[in-house]
Amino acid sequence: MVELDIQIPSAFDPFAEAKDSDAPGTQENIHIRIQQRNGKKSLTTVQGLKKEYSYERILKDLKKDFCCNGNVVQDKELGKIIQLQGDQRKKVSHFLVQTGIAKKDQIKIHGF
Amino acid sequence: MADENIEMKEEQELAPFDPTKKKKKKKVVIQDPVEDVAESSQTDKSDSLPVNDGLESSFAGMKKKKKKPVESISLNDETVDAGEDLDDHVNDDEEGEEIVQQQQRYPWEGSERDYIYDELLGRVFNILRENNPELAGDRRRTVMRPPQVLREGTKKTVFVNFMDLCKTMHRQPDHVMLFLLAELGTSGSLDGQQRLVVKGRFAPKNFEGILRRYITEYVICLGCKSPDTILSKENRLFFLRCEKCGSQRSVAQIKAGFVARVGRRKT
Repeated sequence: MVELDIQIPSAFDPFAEAKDSDAPGTQENIHIRIQQRNGKKSLTTVQGLKKEYSYERILKDLKKDFCCNGNVVQDKELGKIIQLQGDQRKKVSHFLVQTGIAKKDQIKIHGF
Repeated sequence: MADENIEMKEEQELAPFDPTKKKKKKKVVIQDPVEDVAESSQTDKSDSLPVNDGLESSFAGMKKKKKKPVESISLNDETVDAGEDLDDHVNDDEEGEEIVQQQQRYPWEGSERDYIYDELLGRVFNILRENNPELAGDRRRTVMRPPQVLREGTKKTVFVNFMDLCKTMHRQPDHVMLFLLAELGTSGSLDGQQRLVVKGRFAPKNFEGILRRYITEYVICLGCKSPDTILSKENRLFFLRCEKCGSQRSVAQIKAGFVARVGRRKT
C-alpha cells in the first residue's frame, strides 16, 4: 500500500501562534490616555476595546460608576473611542479588570 | 544496583581513579539505594572509619586536593598557584591528614559531605570579587538628573535640561520628544536654546514618570539591564542593540494614538 503522507494545504493561519504570544504589535492593547484641557480639567480616552462589546453600554456603566460625563467618538483610523471627563485612568483600568473585559497586562495607561 | 551507582559518582567526583577506593566502597555499601550521594558518603564514612582508617584519610586527602588549586587562586597570586598545585600532588598521599587541619574557609571543609549549590555559588562570587571586582554584580548605577521644569506663562511648560537628559541616555532628542509628546497627549517643540516647550501644565514628576517609562522601554537592555545601548532604525523598524552584551531586540514604534479635540472648535 502506498502511504498517503501528503500534507493537504488547508486553511492554515500562519499568524495563529503570533496572536497568542505577547510580541509587540500582535496583542490588542487597551490604551487609556489622559489629555489636559484648560485649567485643571482633563479628559480620559479609552482606545482599543474589543469590537464585540457594546461601547454605549460600557460607557453607561462607566458614567454611572465614576459620576462623570462621557461619550463615544468615532475615529476614522482607530475606530470607536470612549471619552470621559476628568482623570479616570485608574478607575477605568480597575473597572475593565473587574468586569473581565480586559486583563491587567492588556491595559496600558499612558500619560503622567 | 546501589553500590554501582555510588561507584560511578565517586569516579566522577575524584578525577584520579584509585583502585583501592573501589574495593573499599564495595565492601562498605549496604545502604538504601534511594539515598543520595551526599548522605551516603557521610554515613559510609562513619561506618568505615573504624574498619579501615588509612584508606579514609587518603580519601580525605584526595578530596582536598581537588579543591585546593582553585582555592589557592583566591588566596594567593596566580604565580604561586602552579607551585601549590605541585605540592598538593606530592603530599596528598602521605600527609592527607595534615591538609585537613587547615583553616575553615568554606562550610564543607573538614567534613566529608558534598558541597551544596548555594555554597559553591557564594564561593565563585567571592573569588570573582577578589580578582576582578568590576565583573561581580554590583555595578554603578547611572544616575539621571531630575528634570528641571519652568512655567512659561500659564499654559506652557519648559523642560530645561531636556538635552542633557537625552545625552545621558544616548538617544536622539527627536525620538525622546516624540515619546514625551505622545504620552502627554499634547503638542510641543524645541526652542532656540534646545529646551522643550510643551503645551499644558506639567509638574517635574510627571516628566520623570514618563522618562522612566521611556528608559525601561527604549534604553535598558532586557538581558543585562545596562543602559549602554544604541537605538538604530533598520528599514522602518527600530532596533535596540546592547553595547555590553550584544543582544538585540526590536522596540515598538511610538504611536500617538487618539487625541481628542480640545479647545475651541472653528466651524
